[in-house]
Amino acid sequence: MSEIKQPLLRVENLKQYFRVSKSFTTKAVDGISFEIYEGETYGLVGESGSGKSTTGRSIIRLYNPTAGKIIFDGVDISGKLTKEAEKHLRTNMQMIFQDPMACLNPRKKVKEIIAQGLLIHHKFETKEQLNDKVNRILDKVGLSAEQATRFPHQFSGGQRQRIGIARALVMNPKLVIADECISALDVSIQAQVVNLMRDIQDELGTTYLFIAHDLSMVKYISDRIGVMHLGHIVETGTTDEIFQNPIHPYTKALLSAIPHPNPVVEKARIALTYDKEKEGVDYVSAVQHKITDTHFVLATDEDFKNWYK
Amino acid sequence: METVKKEKKDRVLSIRNLNISFKTAYGVVKAIRGVRLDLFKGETIAIVGESGSGKSVTVKTILGILDSNGIIDDGSIIFNYTDENGEKQSVDLVQMSQKEIRYQFCGKRIAMVFQDPMTSLDPTMTVGKQIMQPMIYHLNLSKKEAKLKAIELLDEVGIDQPEKRFKQYPHELSGGMRQRVVIAIALSCNPEILICDEPTTALDVTIQAKILELIKSIQKKNNISVIYITHDLGVVAKVADYVAVMYAGRIIEKGNINEIFYDPRHPYTWGLLSSMPDTDTKSRRLFTIPGSPPNLLEKIKGDAFAVRNPYALNIDFKEEPPMYDVGGQHRVASWLCDPRAPKAEIPVDLKERIEKMKKEATVYE
Repeated sequence: MSEIKQPLLRVENLKQYFRVSKSFTTKAVDGISFEIYEGETYGLVGESGSGKSTTGRSIIRLYNPTAGKIIFDGVDISGKLTKEAEKHLRTNMQMIFQDPMACLNPRKKVKEIIAQGLLIHHKFETKEQLNDKVNRILDKVGLSAEQATRFPHQFSGGQRQRIGIARALVMNPKLVIADECISALDVSIQAQVVNLMRDIQDELGTTYLFIAHDLSMVKYISDRIGVMHLGHIVETGTTDEIFQNPIHPYTKALLSAIPHPNPVVEKARIALTYDKEKEGVDYVSAVQHKITDTHFVLATDEDFKNWYK
Repeated sequence: METVKKEKKDRVLSIRNLNISFKTAYGVVKAIRGVRLDLFKGETIAIVGESGSGKSVTVKTILGILDSNGIIDDGSIIFNYTDENGEKQSVDLVQMSQKEIRYQFCGKRIAMVFQDPMTSLDPTMTVGKQIMQPMIYHLNLSKKEAKLKAIELLDEVGIDQPEKRFKQYPHELSGGMRQRVVIAIALSCNPEILICDEPTTALDVTIQAKILELIKSIQKKNNISVIYITHDLGVVAKVADYVAVMYAGRIIEKGNINEIFYDPRHPYTWGLLSSMPDTDTKSRRLFTIPGSPPNLLEKIKGDAFAVRNPYALNIDFKEEPPMYDVGGQHRVASWLCDPRAPKAEIPVDLKERIEKMKKEATVYE
């Protein structure tokens, strides 16, 4: 173990473009950099279309990144993957998807769904060991072994999301990418799932990349937060820094839009608007400005002077 | 039980003792059990509950779009409206066939905004045509008149360049824009009741706030009554005047917004309020309600929430609690409100949070 905190995942200047037609290319992710350290939870927030899900998918290589570097656990996983790198990536990084109704194969039993990763990568020696692994992970996510022989449609939304989490965790991954994994659930079930993810982190030391647009939940689970807008990370910092001292106007607008369960306050409050065009904020020529060791904001020199007084 | 203030207001909709069940392959599901609810002119009511608690079924019955295997066992839904000649009319929607409701009221006097704007708009039709349709059908407007009105509506819901948008298809618009179009369609025939079924769950927080503010301003302008269905208490806090909390097909607590948020009485409401993440709390764990909602296929004995309720009394497992009047407009269906019941204290964390909320609120008053 080294003494300096080593980042588990380092993303450098990642770009993900989609060519729509000859003359038009969508720049979904346009040069972002961030680091995730071992055992922490990094929250990625932003509105839909900001590129936060694309970032997650590029990191786990569901897309081929256009440019940039992704270093995961000391192995470069950008560009063309070697066999070893691919194996390393597939066994050590897992994803939890948004829609628990759509991400489970309806024709397979829960046991088969969870065991699939182990089967593919031969992560067991005997059949008993495989069963044991599946049962243990089911127990961890709060499902009984007897439920493992059922099909996904026999479960409720919250239970299905637990199956999705079990499937990701059975590989004992170092990094789990949770892509909007709670937004399809009821509020009371959301709390259950978030608590479960936390318990597992405390026990196994799993690292999370938590992608969401619900800032109040992100605040609960994240150690550090990156705010994305139109393919750029406009502000990044620890949870306290982002919530106590937001610098970028987009972050401020996002924070002002969080609904508070307090009727008198909520009725009097009007959310801030942020229009990039109107305010003339330039992302392309902007650079990262340092506020503290962990708090950075993307701005041109002039904007930065105006925002940060 | 009616206060003087209440009688002054016009009652638009009153649901009494509504019971609905669904015939399924596994047996009869009792989805709604004795719902009683009033909606007054210009007021906003929010129905809160988990999925499967029966909130959507209740409003679907009002609109006459209940699924074909649903049966209304009992009850009445009285709808009071002013007809074209300015006379006051009153009908019982339960006694009408679904077809009659659809011809006379659906889209015209009672309009609905659905959850997902991508699926509630027709992808093969321009936005403008879809807004014109109800006006041509219900109000017998000519195409020309309808077009003028449609552009006006697009402007009203905050879409810039309405003439250009009029000719566009839904896929050319963003999620927030689409929801604005859906609202424009709902408003096209000047409805008396607007039903919003989770209008912002499919949208981002920033856009959510804008859409809610839009619905609120339109409601004020046209003096329409709005029913919100949601599980997001933040949304409820922003829009509602009156809240009904549903659990397993029953309204278990209802009252005006301040009564529910600052003085909740039912353990389920406590759970709901506690499990909402608060941006200021320091604690690492979120509160959760243990267990899951009951299976409505089985007959429920006693209080449906009893098995998940740490405050449950013996009687909760034997008999269903009646509605207790706890002052004001506040009604609670819990045995804890019975004078004979032992005093149950509201959870400490929640109490602290409510105290803090009250303190914050004084600034705005």
